[in-house]
Amino acid sequence: MTWIQDHLGLIGSLAVRHAVLAGIPLLLGLVVSLPLGWLAHRYRRLAPVALAGTGLLYTIPSLALFILMPLLLGTKILNPINVVAAMTIYTIALLVRTVVDGLDSVPKDVDAAALAMGLTGLRRLLGVQLPLAIPVIAAGLRVAAVSNVSIVSVASIIGVSQLGDLLVDGYNRDIPGALWAGIIGCLALALLFDIVIQVVARLLTPWRASTKPAAAGAPA
Amino acid sequence: MHRSRSRRAALTLGLSMASVLALTACGGSSDPLNSSTTSSSATSSTTGATNIVVGSADFSESVLLAEIYAGALQAKGVNATTKLNIGSREIYLKALDDGSINLIPEYTGALAYYYDKSFAETDPTKVYDGLVGLLPASLQVLTASAAEDNDSINVTTETAQKYSLKTVGDLAAHAKDLTLGAPPEFKDRPQGIPGLQQTYGITFKSFRPLKGAALVNALKNGQVDAANIFSTDPAIAANGFVTLTDDKRLFGAQNVVPLIAKSAATSDVVAALDAVSAKLTTATLSDLLKKTDIDKQDPATVAKEFLSANGLG
Amino acid sequence: MITSIWAWLRDPAHWSGADGIPTRLAEHLGYTAIVMVLAAAIALPLGLYVGHSGRARWLITAANAARAVPTLGLLFALSLWLGPKLSGDLAFSAPSIIVLVLLAIPPLLAGAYAGVEAVDPAARDAAKGMGMQPAQVLRSVELPVALPLLLSGVRAALLQVIATATIAAYVGLGGLGRYLIDGLATGDYAATAGGALLVAGLALAADLLLAALTRAVVSPGLTGKYRGADGVDIPGRTDVAFER
Repeated sequence: MTWIQDHLGLIGSLAVRHAVLAGIPLLLGLVVSLPLGWLAHRYRRLAPVALAGTGLLYTIPSLALFILMPLLLGTKILNPINVVAAMTIYTIALLVRTVVDGLDSVPKDVDAAALAMGLTGLRRLLGVQLPLAIPVIAAGLRVAAVSNVSIVSVASIIGVSQLGDLLVDGYNRDIPGALWAGIIGCLALALLFDIVIQVVARLLTPWRASTKPAAAGAPA
Repeated sequence: MHRSRSRRAALTLGLSMASVLALTACGGSSDPLNSSTTSSSATSSTTGATNIVVGSADFSESVLLAEIYAGALQAKGVNATTKLNIGSREIYLKALDDGSINLIPEYTGALAYYYDKSFAETDPTKVYDGLVGLLPASLQVLTASAAEDNDSINVTTETAQKYSLKTVGDLAAHAKDLTLGAPPEFKDRPQGIPGLQQTYGITFKSFRPLKGAALVNALKNGQVDAANIFSTDPAIAANGFVTLTDDKRLFGAQNVVPLIAKSAATSDVVAALDAVSAKLTTATLSDLLKKTDIDKQDPATVAKEFLSANGLG
Repeated sequence: MITSIWAWLRDPAHWSGADGIPTRLAEHLGYTAIVMVLAAAIALPLGLYVGHSGRARWLITAANAARAVPTLGLLFALSLWLGPKLSGDLAFSAPSIIVLVLLAIPPLLAGAYAGVEAVDPAARDAAKGMGMQPAQVLRSVELPVALPLLLSGVRAALLQVIATATIAAYVGLGGLGRYLIDGLATGDYAATAGGALLVAGLALAADLLLAALTRAVVSPGLTGKYRGADGVDIPGRTDVAFER
């Protein structure tokens, strides 16, 4: 464990890069998934295609997606954008379904009441449907965050450094301390993301605070 | 009512996202996606001073050499940063091509083979001269060092005794019962499995793609019977492995040489790197690697010690 | 680029021998099968138990937290730790299989648990009132009702295992991941892309197969088929899928 003590600075800077590489795609993925999910929710015929299509994106092995990204995007091979783009794809794969589920979870009578009050289109979506869908979307976002933090570590293989570097170096030179630092760092980051998402979801849904705690990532 | 709530919600969301980003960004340098992690000097392009990004492959000797190059350049006032553990030759040469890196430690024979799959020279001087003629116009190699790190086929003492193995050629009669372990690219490289077949007539029973400590462990534990380990790897001596003589010189000459983008090769840079190459010998390199791989010291630290001990940094 | 991938896929040399696509595909399916059987043997009974008894719910939370462990790191750590302790091929396969089993457990556990949890208490009470023993309630009422969610957990786990089994190649094993790692090591992008395509194709095939299986085994009383609907959209199926 002295290895960890001697390398706190390195671990810290890698953790920051890891957080950025996993976090930005989470936001980008959410921004893309919201309209896609809304379309699939609004036009039911689209749903199976949208869900199957985006869901399959998740089955592309990360190793391959990272390697192929520079070819697809025409970017430089060591550009972190490659990793951000790949992670955004995985986030979308997870979140579109979540957004659909979230919008589906809005009680029909609430929606009808909003309509009766004269709220239509975007105002009903932003004012009523989306806020009520937040708990479900947040649960999906938590799963995506955990998944992103884990997958980003594979990016070391294409020379974009983050905590995965510790895993690769620890494996190549047989240094258990480095391996542990990488694993624990990822766990800590995943926990941090999880807490931030829960707090934000709680703040965005003040009406739920008085009833019961937010649903966990599990269907518990 | 609805509107005020949604506005507040949007505001909260925006602020929270901003704070997450600020949180993740404030811990490190001003640009968290700046690719350099080991060097403190930033790769800013504000001044006219030379900026060199030194790359390395994903094994510890390459990382160490990159740190040595970067340290020597910094000592001469060149703004040098590192971009380490990029991957195999096929990946980092692309990075050199697209300008992501400007300099990387290379090996004469292997690099020549990369550009010419029928490259057959084995004499160190001829390999170097041949390599110079093969490089693309945008790249150049500087003076090669005396340090050589070749592919080498190793077996345990027990295996060597059992089959009385001394040279790679001795494997020919027994290889059909043996498993070879080597980095994945060894399978298709001309000096790899195809070369063993053509030059020595050796075909192993099976091939296990492994590298680094995992490969050493696999040889030690008998999960592979022979392993292609870099000849400078201190694990060979530490584990008492027997290196089989490459009597037909399949692996040629593999002198350590800086490969640099011509645009980055100013006289200062060339002078600093030539001074490093003049001090590098195979024995020195093995010593340094013992510190990184066996004693688990940081390549950057080991590089600094080497530079100051030799008046280079 | 697409033409070079197509050429790679069509090259007869890639369809035979120890490094051929059939061999790698068989290895990949072999790892997947072993992993799924082991993970299901562990996770499904546990999930049913937790859902049925309402005890040890922390197991579900713990399994979900375990998803944050970086798969690659765990694989490296296990390989270095177990490698010297095991002999022969087991030194390479055991760490990979353990890592993949750990990966498959959370969705399986969550699916089985959520399925039983979702059973209408009235149905459970009715079964008890009819004199059924707890084991009978589980087998005849809870299990059939839980099946759609349980199978959606299986589907999530299966897709994840198929996609992730590629990393086994990093520690010297076979499977379709070999094409990714070797393609990367030698700069053969057609092999990398071709390998990825094969993995995605395999995942798609497995997904369709499981969807068909789900339709075949789930009671028509649950799918809405009796109302004449086509029954594709199984209630609650999405609830677990996003758990991936």
